[in-house]
Amino acid sequence: MSAPTARIGSGAGFAGDRIGPAVDLATRGELDDLVLECLAERTIALGQQRRRLDPTTGYDSRAEQRFRALLPVTLPRGTRLTSNLGAANPRAAGEIAVRVARELGLACRVAVVEGDDVLDRVDLERPSLEDGRPVSSYGEVVSANAYIGADALMPAMRAGSDVVVAGRVADPSLFLAPLAHRLGWDLDDEAHLDLVAAGTLVGHLLECGAQLTGGYFADPGVKDVPGLDRLGFPYADVAADGTALLGKLDGTGGVLDRRTVREQLLYEISDPGAYLTPDVRLGLYGVTLDATARPDRVRVAGARGRSRPDTLKVSAGYRAGFRAEAGLLYAGPGCVERARLAGETLRRRLAEDGHPAGRIDVIGCPAEGGDAVDVLLRVAVMVGSRDAAEAVCAETESLYTNGPAGGGGVRASTTEVVGIASTTIERDLLTPTTTFLEA
Amino acid sequence: MTGSETPPPGTVLLHEVAHARAGDKGDTSILSVFPLDDADYDWLVAEVTAERVAAHFGDEVAGDVRRFEVPLVQGLQFVCRGALAGGVTTSLALDTHGKSLSSRLLAMRISLPGRAPARPPG
Repeated sequence: MSAPTARIGSGAGFAGDRIGPAVDLATRGELDDLVLECLAERTIALGQQRRRLDPTTGYDSRAEQRFRALLPVTLPRGTRLTSNLGAANPRAAGEIAVRVARELGLACRVAVVEGDDVLDRVDLERPSLEDGRPVSSYGEVVSANAYIGADALMPAMRAGSDVVVAGRVADPSLFLAPLAHRLGWDLDDEAHLDLVAAGTLVGHLLECGAQLTGGYFADPGVKDVPGLDRLGFPYADVAADGTALLGKLDGTGGVLDRRTVREQLLYEISDPGAYLTPDVRLGLYGVTLDATARPDRVRVAGARGRSRPDTLKVSAGYRAGFRAEAGLLYAGPGCVERARLAGETLRRRLAEDGHPAGRIDVIGCPAEGGDAVDVLLRVAVMVGSRDAAEAVCAETESLYTNGPAGGGGVRASTTEVVGIASTTIERDLLTPTTTFLEA
Repeated sequence: MTGSETPPPGTVLLHEVAHARAGDKGDTSILSVFPLDDADYDWLVAEVTAERVAAHFGDEVAGDVRRFEVPLVQGLQFVCRGALAGGVTTSLALDTHGKSLSSRLLAMRISLPGRAPARPPG
């Protein structure tokens, strides 16, 4: 099965990511693998809530749109597509892939990986990783999903799947599994720990999509990014020894250089000596990034691996209440003072009605006195019910006729909030499964 | 922090000499800082300390600030606990992820090489 190199591309860095650049990369990139990372901490908890109301839902709401755009490109080219867009319902998302492939008249083997849902077996009395309080003390727990690793994806990889749909797989593991499969790395072999680390590093660098190629980077005059409107998504050519060459397609906008790569290298890393994933403890201190003669190519080497953690991280979703959020605009001379007066008036009215304090901000004030062109008064309060949240919104709106001069453009919204508390679970309490569907 | 009309002599805005990215994990903001010119790394190591970053943010960061040095990529990593108003999922802030904190950090002033350290912002 071993090949000299494997080319793996990033087709989405979050649930709301753009689809066009992924289609371009899959079309012109000669990819072996395309990975879509579509799951944030809270996304899956919201998915579990949707699934409880309707058992046919719970997957990423753009799953069908992504399959319709990408399968006509990936299937004829033999590019394997791996994603966590199954969210709280990988089976249903897998069925969508099958349906889309059938409509296109294309054969498609879909693997569905499940088993990250641990709500029925996680110990909610364990201390949370956030502040040590038991997870149960945060509020009514509505979901608990373990971050499963590349090992859970390997049966799907080995079975020659065209599409692999999973739920809460750790982001870099989505990349490590295809790489381990193509390059012959053994996830359980201590002698392969640096290779597992190298694959994890490639995943870490690619998992946020355009954040490697000039997205989340441009700062005019300091860090200019050409063609930001046409940003290309990144890919990596990964060798069997774990070294990788990062790139983006010629003709796409953006920039991929030592600066963009090192920003992403340290992105969200709380200890560069030990980035914990379900697969490995990744050490980044020895990582080297070298520009090549060709623009938009950077060579990566030097990841170090130590044995994987004994337990898996679990994200538990709990009902945190309802957030009322509202704001309005003040402009012209005295706008800061009028916005502050409106905020103080609102604060008194909300307190009078027994609402929690929340926070009231005036956004857009100049740093040192002076006057602003315009400012936004913003209020945000967490309350126990939808009715209370709507009352806060109504009280803000009433500033139109009951507040200072010249306030306009009230926007108010009420959102049910699912909070996340994290804990751990023993690996042997999980039994990930793989189911195959055929089109 | 940024708007003083006459900047203290012998200082420079971090934004003029460094680039930065913000990430989040729960209630922790993780800020990465790199020199625009790699030759400035040792200077940034000396000037952009955990203590000064904590002082720059003041009450915005409720917990401690820890710094990691990653010299092969000229990176300084600041792990700021209690910086996200209770955490991304339940925060009442507008920027729940603290994505804008990287730019707020670049509003810090540091002393030019060979000068006395900049006064921490009042």
